[in-house]
Amino acid sequence: MNVASGYNFAYLDEQTKRMIRRAILKAVAIPGHQVPFGSREMPLPYGWGTGGIQVTAAVLGRDDVLKVIDQGADDTTNAVSIRRFFARTAGVATTTHTAEATVIQTRHRIPETALRQDQIIVYQVPQPEPLSRLEPSREETRRMHALADYGLMHVKLYEDITRFGHVSISYDYPVMVDGRYLMAPSPIPAFDNPKMDRMAALQLFGAGREKRIYAVPPYTSVRSLDFDDHEFRASRAPHACLLCGATDSYLDEVVIDDQGGRMFVCSDTDHCEGRRDGT
Amino acid sequence: MEHDTLLSARGLTLHFGATPALVDVDADLWPGEVLAVVGESGSGKSTLLNVLSGRLAPDAGVAWYRDPAGALHDIHAMPAPALRTLHRSDWGFVHQNPRENLRMAVTAGGNVGERLMARGSRHYGDIRAAAISWLEQVEIDADRVDDLPRTFSGGMLQRLQIARTLVTHPRLVFMDEPTGGLDVSVQARLLDLIRGLVRRLGIAAVLVTHDLAVARLLAHRIMVMQRGRVVESGLTDRVLDDPRHAYTQLLVSSVLGA
Ligand SMILES: Nc1ncnc2c1ncn2[C@@H]1O[C@H](COP(=O)(O)OP(=O)(O)OP(=O)(O)O)[C@@H](O)[C@H]1O
Ligand SMILES: [Mg+2]
Repeated sequence: MNVASGYNFAYLDEQTKRMIRRAILKAVAIPGHQVPFGSREMPLPYGWGTGGIQVTAAVLGRDDVLKVIDQGADDTTNAVSIRRFFARTAGVATTTHTAEATVIQTRHRIPETALRQDQIIVYQVPQPEPLSRLEPSREETRRMHALADYGLMHVKLYEDITRFGHVSISYDYPVMVDGRYLMAPSPIPAFDNPKMDRMAALQLFGAGREKRIYAVPPYTSVRSLDFDDHEFRASRAPHACLLCGATDSYLDEVVIDDQGGRMFVCSDTDHCEGRRDGT
Repeated sequence: MEHDTLLSARGLTLHFGATPALVDVDADLWPGEVLAVVGESGSGKSTLLNVLSGRLAPDAGVAWYRDPAGALHDIHAMPAPALRTLHRSDWGFVHQNPRENLRMAVTAGGNVGERLMARGSRHYGDIRAAAISWLEQVEIDADRVDDLPRTFSGGMLQRLQIARTLVTHPRLVFMDEPTGGLDVSVQARLLDLIRGLVRRLGIAAVLVTHDLAVARLLAHRIMVMQRGRVVESGLTDRVLDDPRHAYTQLLVSSVLGA
């Protein structure tokens, strides 16, 4: 039974969902490996998370509780419209509380609250190929993945350290999954990378325009690329959140007036509210 | 001695359409030896180099490589990952045009360090130190380590390519006209450098050149090619001082006459 009549449960037809689930199973079986899938047209433009939405539609069950975040916030246009989309087409319960959600679709952040084994996090991915900016040929990057030939990525890190004294990648910082595949974690801040390592929840990644799905199964090693003598560091603005006082969360810089006044607040709005409520 | 070869080929044949680029070519290379392949333009030298290094497959014939453990590998039957591993560790390839091999948007140090990183080196300081040491070995000032290759002269680019290739101490290097396109004085310096490095490191090399003087200076043995066939081969001095095939005689006399 559907909430909005005329649509199948979670919008996609069952055959498409089965095709996506097969891609997801393959992705889980080969952690970090990009699996091609027949991405469908969605009632949203590319860049609005069509890959993530298709993955969410394929894993969503009637009892699931869905949370959608965009850059950490539950109340942005993108997050609100995706949440409403699934509320209408699947009739599932939605929440803004990380701990209450069973499926979390995200763009650009991982919640501060540690995820559990009974949760799935679905990342929206604009560019699934971590080597795309270094090697334009897809045929060549596929060969590099097949042979685990990742020297070129280290050349990029070498060049950064040589020029800037440190690696200058602050978003979508490349990771090695299970010691085998180089993977783009999607444009989350490098600050979030350590949360991916041995995460209890299943991590799924959907790239709609590029037609790729990949996955990190629970408790899988995810290492940010670095050098022994220039170790990866998860950096954040050196401030406390002005609202909740947190000194360990990822902060957004917000303009508060037209005098150039700024403040730093938690980017994860649910986390921040929870701390203020004392929950 | 046959069983000791590093690289051997029998009956290599390859046609491009109706053009016979290689016809029934045999070749042997022993460890630490430099073999020059000479002949006029279009005689099949580069094709031979590409087939021997597995970059091209022949229509017929076989080529074997002996790995450090003594095992023989049919170069054209090897799985692609194994061949690629050879190319980035045991082997090296020096192109006539260094721009084909170098990353022009990456510093000299990054270019030299790439093979080390591809092989698993993960210590920035060590990689940088190795890059500096190799720049010095190819007579490029250490303080150019952070410069982009586009600021280098043609001779420097070629020396940078050599450093990038030799940094992993390959046992076998394929060189296609490494001094081609350079001024005569620059060529002489580069040849001296290659000769010194190859001798000191005990590297075996297959060197393609149409310049007999280059072959004379660097090679222990020579193969002379004409229209895809090897018409004469032997020790360098013997072939150049006492050429037996009419085509070799023509080549030698045309150099002398020039
Ligand atoms: N990819 C190709 N397609 C068609 N013909 C080719 C190809 N590569 C080489 N040939 C032909 O094969 C023959 C041998 O070419 P090759 O490049 O091996 O000669 P070479 O001895 O290296 O010449 P040069 O001294 O000019 O570099 C030539 O007739 C050439 O035109
Ligand atoms: Mg040639």
